[in-house]
Amino acid sequence: MSVLTTNYLTPTGREEAWRFTPLKRLRGLHDGTAIQSDRESLVTKTALPSGVTFTRENLEPLSASDDVIIERVRGASSAVAHLAIAANSEFSEPIFLGRSVGGLDTAEFSRVRISLGTHAVATVIVENTTDTVLAEDLEIYLAPGSNLKFVTLQEFESKSVYTARHHAIVDKDATFKSITVTVGGDVVRILPTVAFKAPGASADLLGVYFATAGQFFEHRNHVDHAVPHAKSNVNYKGALAGQDAHTVWIGDVLIRAAAEGTDTYELNRNLLLSDGARADSVPNLEIETGEIIGAGHASTTGRFDDEQLFYLMSRGIAMADARRLVVRGFFNEIVSEIGNEEVQHRIMDRIDNELEKAGRNV
Amino acid sequence: MSTLEIRNLQVSVNTDDGMVEILKGVDLTIKSGETHAIMGPNGSGKSTLAYSIAGHPKYTITGGTVTLDGVDVLEMSVDERAKAGLFLAMQYPVEVPGVSVSNFLRTAATALRGEAPKLRTWVGEVKTAMEALSMDPAFATRNVNEGFSGGEKKRHEIMQLELLRPKMAILDETDSGLDVDALRIVSEGVNRAKEANNLGVILITHYTRILRYIKPDFVHVFANGRIVEQGGPELAEKLEANGYADYVSK
Ligand SMILES: Nc1ncnc2c1ncn2[C@@H]1O[C@H](COP(=O)(O)OP(=O)(O)OP(=O)(O)O)[C@@H](O)[C@H]1O
Ligand SMILES: [Mg+2]
Repeated sequence: MSVLTTNYLTPTGREEAWRFTPLKRLRGLHDGTAIQSDRESLVTKTALPSGVTFTRENLEPLSASDDVIIERVRGASSAVAHLAIAANSEFSEPIFLGRSVGGLDTAEFSRVRISLGTHAVATVIVENTTDTVLAEDLEIYLAPGSNLKFVTLQEFESKSVYTARHHAIVDKDATFKSITVTVGGDVVRILPTVAFKAPGASADLLGVYFATAGQFFEHRNHVDHAVPHAKSNVNYKGALAGQDAHTVWIGDVLIRAAAEGTDTYELNRNLLLSDGARADSVPNLEIETGEIIGAGHASTTGRFDDEQLFYLMSRGIAMADARRLVVRGFFNEIVSEIGNEEVQHRIMDRIDNELEKAGRNV
Repeated sequence: MSTLEIRNLQVSVNTDDGMVEILKGVDLTIKSGETHAIMGPNGSGKSTLAYSIAGHPKYTITGGTVTLDGVDVLEMSVDERAKAGLFLAMQYPVEVPGVSVSNFLRTAATALRGEAPKLRTWVGEVKTAMEALSMDPAFATRNVNEGFSGGEKKRHEIMQLELLRPKMAILDETDSGLDVDALRIVSEGVNRAKEANNLGVILITHYTRILRYIKPDFVHVFANGRIVEQGGPELAEKLEANGYADYVSK
C-alpha cells in the first residue's frame, strides 16, 4: 500500500467537468489522499468459453483521458485486467464479470480492457456489488465488424464511491451497445464515452439510474464523431426520490468537420418522484459540418403523469401499485434491452425496493 | 340491485383564470340494468361529469353528492371507486409506456377481485375477451394504449369492462372513432356486460347510431353543465333531427 503522490491537478469544483460532483465525498480519489489498496477485485463469474481469455497484463492505454482520476489510476497501476474475445467467435450467453470484495478504508485503482477481434459477437455483463472505493479506467476496443453488448450494473452498497471512465473505441462497421445501470452507492460518477475509428461504426449508449435520499449519481456521456458515416444514439433515463437525491446527466456529442454523414440522437428523461431531489440534465451538441444525416437531442424532467396514474387507479389499482407500474414501465424500455431475464428481474426488484424505501420517507 | 345517485352535483376546474364552474347542479339516478344515454353539445360538461364520478384529481367538487347504494362515492379515492363497482370507459384512453396490456389487466383484476386470478383460467379469460372484441392477441404484449388507433383504444376499454365486471359503467363517447363493424362489435361487448352483470350504464354519445345497438331506457339532454330535458328513446331521434338549438339558447 502506498499514498499517492499529488503531482496532479486536483479539481476544485469550479471546473466544468467537476462542477456538479461533491468532491468531499470522493474519499480522496480526486486529490490523491486516498490510500491505494492492492485489491484486484474484478473476476470472471462464469467459466469462460473457449475463445475468451481473462488475464492480467501490462498494457499501455488506448486513449488519452483528461480526467484527473483516470490519470491517477494510470499513474498508479500498469497492470490491466484484460478480457479478450477472439476474432470470429460468437457467444449467445453473456460473459459475466463481477467483483465481490471491496473495502472503504482503502481505494482500488482498477484498469480494465475488453477487446473484441474482428467479427466477434458477445455480451459482457459486469456486476459491481459490495461496499467499496473504486476508481476505474475501463477501455473497450471493437475491431472491425465486431459487435458488443456491454452491460454494467452499479449495484453497490450504500457507502461506495465509484468513479470511472468506460471508453469504447469502435472500429469500422463495428456495433457497440452499452447499458449502464446505476442503482447503488453513495457517489457514482461514470464517463461512458465513445470514439469512432472508422466509417460504418455505431454506438447505442443506454442507461438507467435511480437515486434515493442523499445519493449522487453522475453520468457524463461523450461521443466523438471524428470519422464519416458513424451512428450514435444515447438514451438515459433516471428517477429520483428523497431528500438530496441528486443525478447529473451530461450528453456531449461532437461532430467534427470530417464526420460527414453522421447520424446522432441523444435523449435524457428524468422522473422526479419527490420534493428535495435534483436532476441536472445538460445535452450538448457541437456540430462542425453541415453534411450530416441527423443530429438532435431532447431532455425532459418531470413528475408522475397524473393522467397515467388516474387511468391505472380507475381500474382499481392502488396508488402505490400504480406508481410502481409507471416507474417500472419508465425503466422497462431500457432494462429489457439487457436481454437476460435474471438480471432484468433483479434490477427491476431493486428499483421496486428503492421506490418503496423512498415512499416510506416522503 | 345497485343504485348510483347523483344529486345537485356542482364541479369546477382550476384554470389560469381561477376556478371555472362547469357542472351547475346535475341530478341523475341510475339503477342496475338501466341504460341512460346522455347527449349534449361539445363543451357542455359531459366528460366532466364522467371524470368527476370516477374521481379525476383535476376536478373540484363544490357541491352536491354522489352515492352508490347510499355510500358516499366522493369520499373515496379513485381506486376505491373502482373497487366499489364503478367503471369509466374514457373518451381519450391514456397511454402508459412500458406497461404491457397483460400486466395491466392482471394487476387490475387482482386489485378488484382481492386475489390474483389463477394463471390458467386468467389466460383463457383474457383470450376470450380479446376474441370477443376481435382484438389481435398481440395486443396483450403491447404497452397500454401506446400506438393504438382510436378504435383500438375503444375496444380495449370495453374489453376491460367485460373483464373487470363493474356494477355501473360510464361510457364516454365509446362510439366516436369506430367504423361500422367496430361499432357493432363494441356494442355487443357492452350488451354482454349488461347481460352478465346486470350492469347499469351511462352512455355519453353524439350519435343515435349506437343507440340502435345499445337500447337506452332514458335519454337526457345535457347543456351548459346540467340536464335540461329527459325522455325515452324518441328524444334521441328528435335531437338528431333538430340539434340542440332549443336547449342552448335557453
Ligand atoms: N383544465 C381546464 N381548463 C379550462 N377549461 C376546462 C378545463 N377542463 C375542462 N374545461 C372546460 O369545461 C367544459 C366542459 O368540458 P367537457 O370535456 O366536460 O365537455 P364535453 O361535454 O365532454 O364535450 P365534448 O362533447 O366535446 O366531449 C369545456 O368548455 C372545457 O373547455
Ligand atoms: Mg367529452
